[in-house]
Amino acid sequence: MRKSKALLFEMGRSGRQGYSLPSCDVPEKPLDELLPQKMQRSEPPDMPELSEVEVIRHYTELSTRNFGVDTGFYPLGSCTMKYNPKVNEEVAALPGFACLHPCQPEETVQGALELYYNMEQRLKELTGMERFTMQPSAGAHGELTGLMVIQAYHRHRGDHKRNKVLIPVTAHGTNPATVTMAGYEVVQLPADERGNVDLEALKEAVDDTTSALMLTNPSTLGLFEEEITEMARVVHDKGGLLYYDGANLNAIMGYARPGDMGFDVVHLNIHKTLSTPHGGGGPGSGPVGVKERLIPFLPVPLVDKKGEQFYFDYDLPDSIGKVQSFYGNFGVVVKAYNYVCMMGAEGLKQVSTDAVLNSNYLASLLQKTYTIPYDRLRKHEFVVSAKPEKKKGAGAGDIAKALLDRGFHPPTVYFPLIVDEALMTEPNDTESKETLDAYAQAMEEIAKDIDKDAEKVAAGPHYTVVGRLDEVRAVRNPVLRWEKE
Amino acid sequence: MDFNVIEGLKYTQQHEWARQEGDTAVVGLSDYAQDKLGEIVFVELPDIGAAVEAGKSAAVIESVKAVADLYAPVDGTVTEVNETLLDQPELINQDPYGEGWVFKVEVKDESQLNSLMDKPTYEEFIIKEEEEE
Amino acid sequence: MGGKHYLPLTDEDRREMLSTIGVESIEDLFSDIPSEVRLQKELDLPPALSELEAVRHLNSLAAKNKHLNNCTSFMGAGVYDHFIPAVIKHVTGRSEFYTSYTPYQPEISQGILQAIFEYQTMICQLTGMDVANASMYDGGTAVAEGAIMGCGSTRRSKALVSRSVSPFYRAVLKNYFSSRGLDLEEIPLKDGHTDFSKLEEMVDDQVASVVLQQPNFFGLAEDLDGVADIIHNHNAVLVMSVDPLSLTLLQAPADYGADIVVGEGQSLGVPPSFGGPLLGIMAARQKFVRQMPGRIAGETVDSEGNRGFVLTLQTREQHIRREKASSNICSNEALVALAAAVYMAALGPKGMREVAEQCLQKANYAREKITALSGFEPAFPGFNFKEFALSIPGKPEELNKKLLQKDILGGVDAAPFYPELENTMLFAVTEKRTREEIDTLVRELEGWK
Repeated sequence: MRKSKALLFEMGRSGRQGYSLPSCDVPEKPLDELLPQKMQRSEPPDMPELSEVEVIRHYTELSTRNFGVDTGFYPLGSCTMKYNPKVNEEVAALPGFACLHPCQPEETVQGALELYYNMEQRLKELTGMERFTMQPSAGAHGELTGLMVIQAYHRHRGDHKRNKVLIPVTAHGTNPATVTMAGYEVVQLPADERGNVDLEALKEAVDDTTSALMLTNPSTLGLFEEEITEMARVVHDKGGLLYYDGANLNAIMGYARPGDMGFDVVHLNIHKTLSTPHGGGGPGSGPVGVKERLIPFLPVPLVDKKGEQFYFDYDLPDSIGKVQSFYGNFGVVVKAYNYVCMMGAEGLKQVSTDAVLNSNYLASLLQKTYTIPYDRLRKHEFVVSAKPEKKKGAGAGDIAKALLDRGFHPPTVYFPLIVDEALMTEPNDTESKETLDAYAQAMEEIAKDIDKDAEKVAAGPHYTVVGRLDEVRAVRNPVLRWEKE
Repeated sequence: MDFNVIEGLKYTQQHEWARQEGDTAVVGLSDYAQDKLGEIVFVELPDIGAAVEAGKSAAVIESVKAVADLYAPVDGTVTEVNETLLDQPELINQDPYGEGWVFKVEVKDESQLNSLMDKPTYEEFIIKEEEEE
Repeated sequence: MGGKHYLPLTDEDRREMLSTIGVESIEDLFSDIPSEVRLQKELDLPPALSELEAVRHLNSLAAKNKHLNNCTSFMGAGVYDHFIPAVIKHVTGRSEFYTSYTPYQPEISQGILQAIFEYQTMICQLTGMDVANASMYDGGTAVAEGAIMGCGSTRRSKALVSRSVSPFYRAVLKNYFSSRGLDLEEIPLKDGHTDFSKLEEMVDDQVASVVLQQPNFFGLAEDLDGVADIIHNHNAVLVMSVDPLSLTLLQAPADYGADIVVGEGQSLGVPPSFGGPLLGIMAARQKFVRQMPGRIAGETVDSEGNRGFVLTLQTREQHIRREKASSNICSNEALVALAAAVYMAALGPKGMREVAEQCLQKANYAREKITALSGFEPAFPGFNFKEFALSIPGKPEELNKKLLQKDILGGVDAAPFYPELENTMLFAVTEKRTREEIDTLVRELEGWK
């Protein structure tokens, strides 16, 4: 049954409370003695007063109006919505991790530093890079950190004319936005007919103003760049560096490493590849790894070991400084570390094997009904074009809504931009064959429904807790907070 | 073709239209372009007195999930902007060649205006663009 | 292999699937990776652990740390040991929330969208601002993005930041500004507060943003009367970093004339987690909304007129505006914002006020008791909220060593950030500290040196 849910502000009653505190056991002084009246707040903020039962029922009901990986299949392309192992949550909540203050003396946080140190060793091996910082809080934050490091490297060499970063047309939107944040200009590279970066266009674009090429490999089309070695050579020959966006690393663990492909800087999205949950939008973690010549520019501090003692190394005079107040999203790194410990080398390779197998299998099933441009081997994801369906009256967005009615989270829609009516589909390593079969069947049914009555499909979803939401209204008349009538 | 192309206007390859009124040109977005963009929700107008350059972004037009630059069709100085669009951006959808005009520009070089496409050329241009997709 | 139970495919499945695809072997699926970049060895990682072994390993690492649950902490500097009611972890532990992605499909994401909308509203109520976003990474990045937002809205490229703003935040700000080619200057201190006479000299028509912090890094409430006017006279923007918990007690930033409010939200029911994940908060006046970075949830209706929520004003964001976006932020700290929302809902305005008042009372009690000891002096005059700076008769590092023997995590040394403040230490006292714990600290300090 469709209905809206009352807001917190429409609930509760003055005098209710959802907490208890011990009474103040120090001698109290009049407030005005401790804080001049003019610095005090005169009106309390207009916020609800609720009992604990009301609070828990409110949020429990909200949770039933939300879909997570634990609810069902979530093939959101380039987001790697794999299963989040429960044990990760438990270990990260240990007081010895969750209750650490960032300013504690080093001798009191040896276990935390050891974990960072161990994680760095594992990420180095996984990627073929030579040092890692865990400071970036998310993938995009890692991108920014990586470009700052590249910028510092060029500046340090007195090479000040490099003001451009090359980005393929298939890149995630964060790439060009990051380039601007780092003060660079974007140069966009087209794709060739096989979905690779157009090598000729790359050769033409690279010159002595090129700071770096940012690349996601496999790309958002799920395709491995076949000319990667040549691309690396072309960029390096002109003094540029190669940046690897690790959003799609789930495809190649144990099969290939960005470090071996010639990349100088790498960020990982450990909330994707290494199984930590996405939390409805975050927190994530985006460690950045570099090759030897870029180590001096990494953010401070790095974690190192002297004898049996772990310590923070602040002695990097050429460091870019800091990108986050402390040492990164430690709590997220703990979860990923646990995952890496449990999977081991063989397990991580099996993860990529199954991710790629699932993707190629699902693509084979969908190909019977749908158009999938760039007909070649795929890695962990593939992109369906719903252009033919759109012509019949229901496009990618409508197919997505029809999937909601069948209990699936849809793929990423309308991205990458070079595929019309794109449905970027990433089935992941943690899904069973039965799930993929059921999804393919749902997609087939939707295709039939479009043939029968496209208008009805376009009016969906029909069975969700609210109907299709009016996004135009939300922008034209923005209501961004509750206000008392 | 479902799209309205008006006689007497000049069109650019980025789907702006321009109508000459003495020394100035009125500029807007073509019917074809507004349809492609979908429901328009926000318009960022240039400042009056700003110098614009042919082929360079002069205004920004947004739908819910897309952003498009409106390129100046000719070099010149902005003399007037359609402030009604700030409250009613949907006028571009409803009446792209009339109430949905975006800005007026004082034309420096009339030959720039004359080199733009006329109705039949623009219609052909759209058909070709559709086919390529 | 330990994590095999996360991978449901059997060998039988794999064989059937390969045959459907029409290839012979798994190897064939990777034949598109050029041989010269194919990894020619197996990854060299320690042997895989079973779940039980992994838990033992992680437990042993955790056990090597001292922490706020087995020590008494007086550490602050932006991250505080506040009480976290049990209700929070039970809400954030609902896997419909924590295993979901950014709510791109609103019809099946009403839970997190409404929770964000309510969070935004509560941040607005606390700060007095018109709009808030769904969160930033932490206080430092929120400060940096707030200052950049000021540059975007004024189309200027310089910011002033007070030296009383957390040095952790200033480090991030400095890095963001230098990379982007923006100018940054620091407003000097006067007695632990911002020297506003210097601000008056420094602010001019080139300045986009002025960044201040309330209470400041030394825990002092700054006297901000009239400061916004100095800034606004030059059409610059006042960016205020705040501790949201303090705002039930301290005057709202809006009443000081702030334009953009940022800060660290960790005090709202978030565990310190060694400094992350924390919670960057960001709010602003309506006119800045199009320059605001990050996700924003908005209210709308569905096809039948029911109220619902969506991510809105998305054309500001990287996935649409790409290189012209207001920021590159994509993942934020949504689950931490949810925790903060539950905290605010459970405590309500009265509970948060009670927490804030207890912090104020206890911090001042501690300050008074400690400064009664010989050799311990207040580093600065002024009014402290839950933290205060003391000049002490020796090295903070040595004092902390002594305190640690009694399982007390002492204070934060100011000298690494303020070289002129030798032998100066910050102590934070939250509502969690008892009189007995404070008195124990005082006893330990007595007679030191």
